[in-house]
Amino acid sequence: MTSTVQAERTPFSFFTVAYLTRIGNQSAGTLTEFLKGLEECSDASIFHHTFQTLESHHFLTEGFSNDFAQWVLASANRDELAEQLAALDIRDYLSIAELRSDLRRVVSGYCTQYPNYARQEALERFYFCEGVEVTESLGRTACTLREFREGIERLSHASFYFHFISSRLRLHLRTNDFSIWLSNSLGLETLANHVNRIDVYTNTLDSARSSLVRLIELEEKKG
Amino acid sequence: MIATQVLNRIPLDEYVPLLGEPEVEELRALAKPLRGKRVQMVNSTAVGGGVAEILNRLIPLAEELELDIHWDVMKGGMDFFEVTKAFHNALHGGTYASNAEDFAIFREYNVRNYELVRRDAEFTIIHDPQPAALIEARREKAGHWIWRCHIDLSRPNSAVWGFLEPYVAQYDGAIFSSPEFSRQLAVPQYLFYPSIDPLSEKNRDLDQGFIGSVLKRFSIDPQRPILTQISRFDRLKDPVGVIRAYRIVKRYFDCQLVLAGGGASDDPEGAIVLDEVKKEADADPDIHVLELPTWAPLEVNALQRASTVVIQKSLREGFGLTVAEALWKRKPVVASAVGGIPTQVIHKHTGLLAHSVEGTAYQIRFLLSHPEIAQKLGEQGHKHVKENFLITQNLKNYLVLMLSLSRGN
Repeated sequence: MTSTVQAERTPFSFFTVAYLTRIGNQSAGTLTEFLKGLEECSDASIFHHTFQTLESHHFLTEGFSNDFAQWVLASANRDELAEQLAALDIRDYLSIAELRSDLRRVVSGYCTQYPNYARQEALERFYFCEGVEVTESLGRTACTLREFREGIERLSHASFYFHFISSRLRLHLRTNDFSIWLSNSLGLETLANHVNRIDVYTNTLDSARSSLVRLIELEEKKG
Repeated sequence: MIATQVLNRIPLDEYVPLLGEPEVEELRALAKPLRGKRVQMVNSTAVGGGVAEILNRLIPLAEELELDIHWDVMKGGMDFFEVTKAFHNALHGGTYASNAEDFAIFREYNVRNYELVRRDAEFTIIHDPQPAALIEARREKAGHWIWRCHIDLSRPNSAVWGFLEPYVAQYDGAIFSSPEFSRQLAVPQYLFYPSIDPLSEKNRDLDQGFIGSVLKRFSIDPQRPILTQISRFDRLKDPVGVIRAYRIVKRYFDCQLVLAGGGASDDPEGAIVLDEVKKEADADPDIHVLELPTWAPLEVNALQRASTVVIQKSLREGFGLTVAEALWKRKPVVASAVGGIPTQVIHKHTGLLAHSVEGTAYQIRFLLSHPEIAQKLGEQGHKHVKENFLITQNLKNYLVLMLSLSRGN
């Protein structure tokens, strides 16, 4: 997908995204099978169980990070491994291949260290799914900081997630649509950096948006 | 086939206070490219059961978004519904003696309904096994045909599934309520969670006076803990197991049990199970077995809101919309880890899961001992439903599916 932030000094275009969840043919009942699934599943599946989970379960800010960690905790009953998987921060990854590699490394290391646990049957199986993405323009743009803030205040969760979280993969950068536009179009480098530091794991999407709006309001007062 | 009239229309704008303007604006944006597209939904009953309930809410919302959508109900006799009930139980893993006459009845009723398929529809969504064979009325791969399966197919009776699978294989895709329910199929399989309508009579806010009057009418004491399971009187919902769990809890807490439900129009076994439940209850004055006419939505709503803990101890489950209903009302839920329930009840985040009568009893005791934890689970459960299991999300899924199919994804 191309960036929704085009050339410098262009208006910011607000989009929304919706995902259709497609059920794959892979599932895992043990950690060994889970590791095999992590190796063989599609990139869209890794995306679905990490990035998309952050949108659909954003209101759980304690002890819930991604589908993989939750299954290892609740169904495979391996707390230590679950913590390691939950600690992977999707903001650190520029590609699904890197994220998959770290997921495999963590699970593989655990299976090697505890071969008996690796063969133990989980309470429930893990089903690898993937997202089919559909994006639509909301038909709204922003040219000034005020219009930008007002636009953000009117965004749905999905739209906010699209610009603030999943944009990292689209852009292959450790940043997001909002920060890029603030930096490239308005020259607000410091604000862009502050926006990029908002923690999406300890915030809900609503509270992350509130933090973002507060930062913009502070900048508006300076101007 | 009967064209169904939707009974209750609620404008999309009325969801704004619950969801926020941006979420509703997003639905309008997604629907815009689909305006005027003809869509047909087909199922086997206009009233009773979760499917009819969902369609009753979904259709008017899709109409408001200017989709040319039609809901048609397949016409069948008692013999057909007896066969499809046997199929339903068999697909859930129940016993079934393979019978060529059953298959013939199934085929015959589907053929009788062929002529009423809307052949100019761009999207045809067939719900559940009963009308699955209508796919044979499709003309030369016209339009997009999707089979929406609301039941758990993880361990189906091989004879029944072997009979149905060739029909399912002719569709362009299949929708399941949980990955666990799906089968290895050649066609794409999608995941749609079923949904509840927060503005329906069963889920909208009620005043305390009405809730109190319902408790009084059924002689339920509002001062003592109320454990409630709302479900059809169906063995797969394990109402007898609920009574056994209640009896364990009763040793520790002076609580009451409410078992309330009705029979769907395609469920001839309900009366037999109701007798079994009454026998197990053994005239305990604190067990309230309530047979509600066609679900009595306001009464169900009041009973859920009055409950201290809501139980869903199903042995097998399609999805279990009663769980989402309870979570929406911020109630702590103890439920079996079957079917779509673990998707709704994320253990220790949005409720508690159990795997047995004893486990169910233990989790109920835990919640009655820790009301602050019960409250937190209820609050998080409400947010979980708001994000994932409301009718507006279901509508969004259908819009995204249609957009995706029309764009050739």
